[in-house]
Amino acid sequence: MKIHEYQGKELLKKFGVVVPRGVFSNSVDDAVKAAESLGGKVWVVKAQIHAGGRGKGGGVKVAKSLDEVRQYAGQILGMQLVTHQTGPVGQKVRRLLIEEGADIKKEYYVAALTDRVTQKVAMMASSEGGMNIEEVAHDTPEKILKVFVDPAVGLTDAQATELAKGIGVPEASVGKAVAALKGLYTCYMETDASLAEINPLILEGDGNIKALDAKFNFDSNALYRHPEIVAYRDLDEEDADEVEASKFDLTYIALDGNIGCLVNGAGLAMATMDTIKLFGAEPANFLDVGGGATTEKVTEAFKIMLKNPKVKGILVNIFGGIMRCDTIANGVVAAARETHLSVPLVVRMKGTNDELGKQILKDSGLPIITADSMAEAATKIVAAVK
Amino acid sequence: MSILINKDTRIITQGITGKTGQFHTEKCQEYANGKNCFVAGVNPKKAGESIFGIPIFGSVKEAAKQTGSTVSVIYVPPPGAAAAIWEAVEAELDLVICITEGIPVRDMLEVRNKMKKREEAGGKKTLLLGPNCPGLITPDEVKIGIMPGHIHKKGRIGVVSRSGTLTYEAVGQLTEIGLGQSSAVGIGGDPINGLKHIDIMRLFNDDPETDAVIMIGEIGGPDEADAAVWCKANMKKPIVGFIAGVTAPAGKRMGHAGALISGGADTANAKLAIMEECGFTVTRDPSEMAKLLKALLK
Repeated sequence: MKIHEYQGKELLKKFGVVVPRGVFSNSVDDAVKAAESLGGKVWVVKAQIHAGGRGKGGGVKVAKSLDEVRQYAGQILGMQLVTHQTGPVGQKVRRLLIEEGADIKKEYYVAALTDRVTQKVAMMASSEGGMNIEEVAHDTPEKILKVFVDPAVGLTDAQATELAKGIGVPEASVGKAVAALKGLYTCYMETDASLAEINPLILEGDGNIKALDAKFNFDSNALYRHPEIVAYRDLDEEDADEVEASKFDLTYIALDGNIGCLVNGAGLAMATMDTIKLFGAEPANFLDVGGGATTEKVTEAFKIMLKNPKVKGILVNIFGGIMRCDTIANGVVAAARETHLSVPLVVRMKGTNDELGKQILKDSGLPIITADSMAEAATKIVAAVK
Repeated sequence: MSILINKDTRIITQGITGKTGQFHTEKCQEYANGKNCFVAGVNPKKAGESIFGIPIFGSVKEAAKQTGSTVSVIYVPPPGAAAAIWEAVEAELDLVICITEGIPVRDMLEVRNKMKKREEAGGKKTLLLGPNCPGLITPDEVKIGIMPGHIHKKGRIGVVSRSGTLTYEAVGQLTEIGLGQSSAVGIGGDPINGLKHIDIMRLFNDDPETDAVIMIGEIGGPDEADAAVWCKANMKKPIVGFIAGVTAPAGKRMGHAGALISGGADTANAKLAIMEECGFTVTRDPSEMAKLLKALLK
């Protein structure tokens, strides 16, 4: 689960990381009031959407008067902000963060994430703040420093100092950078984050270290113990169909192709998508119905897939283990009837009671095409939509 | 022979009294030598009782002491699952199989680091399979986990995969063309887990009754590439490899928590390429895994 920058900064602040003073607003008038309350002569008007790259897309503006605050807030609120992460349609801006201006002397990058190989928390830092970190990692990997933290010990002063000095923080500010790194680490652990990134972390003219941005992602398995994080959820930023699917315990991800697929198990679902591509078409979605696919779940899955106007055919691929193929067949027939299915449907069922399942499909009188292997199923659905 | 488990393995079930634990314990008991293998359950509140004829103990340590079990399987719900793993480690079992899906990553990080420290301090090494895995099976001997027993057939092919149903797919194909399995292992779809592809490949390599292996992977993480590099130098048996997720977009979590492309090296295409370089027979068509394997056997 992702959150907004202003929410991330609230979290960081709680854990002792210094952030610029700022006020959230969702109207132009409030934005101006926010700037007034902050005082000073320079403000930053920042679009709050979950995608990165907001500055380049025109979603971050520096205002030098209250009139400019009003002008920029008006431009940004309600705009469709397009960044490299939003896709061509962009994301509508509904929230703003108004912040005091910062006196940036140097920009750094710091982040915490879980490293699969060492099974520790990786704390990363770079002197190349403000840049796209993937590009830095690719072009100049030596400029990214890492230390690995044992969760039972935590980030030590020595490790944090190594990072701070390693990225060139001036001696006088090392203590402040160490505090920021330790705050970031504690925040990451205490909130069950899966990514916590500050890009940039800045050095100001007076030697202070501040988090100028905050990007968080949280482990969805741990949300049950973090109601304060769940409260940050912004459904406007999430795909409505994916949210709807999750209510029925379905994992759905929309893709660009025209063949909907419904599969049990994440690995088999990906393999099914790959097979569709291998045989000449593109999958319209990833959809895992999980272990207990009831008639209700299959019907909801059909409804969600069919909402996508690009879908020209559906491929159902079920490996019946504990879940029996006859149960699934009944679900598929009921779903096809209830949704008045008008696109071709290919069903491939294997495993427990597969013959019985096929008979149910046949007896339904519906124009359901059956297949024995994934390759055969993909061939048939690709042919049917052409 | 087989890897990790056989008909003489004695098993403790942690979470035996929960709905999932009960359901699968019955199925495991019904399979092959299951009645003799599943000898203990654990639930501190129900110690002294029994379920399906299996005695329930108050702790893993007590269950191991009373029954001589060396393996446990865990169906405990996510909030208590990491603690259940640790309890099995402290009871000095050989192998813990954690079926539970949805354990917080932080809990797994903590328990894995504790396990490593215990080993480094000279403590007994307990292997962990999973979490979020289907378990493992040695056909006609014992099944520990949630896979459908009847699709398996005893034989000499090893299968290892992160995913449950994709493992069943490979097993189903093998059985259909008459090739049985020595053992089939699901290592699970979580980013922080125990045994990895490389560990299972080592075991299959050393098992005199495994002739060839199907290794199935997914996008995300370096495990399949690490295994491939190891196999190139050490593996004496033919391998068919498949990686799911060629069509998966970067940055999206494809169901499994670990199935997330984070860089250029952990895409399906990158993994397929390195597996091919390392001498695997790789395929992009998961329907032909067993057929390709058969062609590799002399």
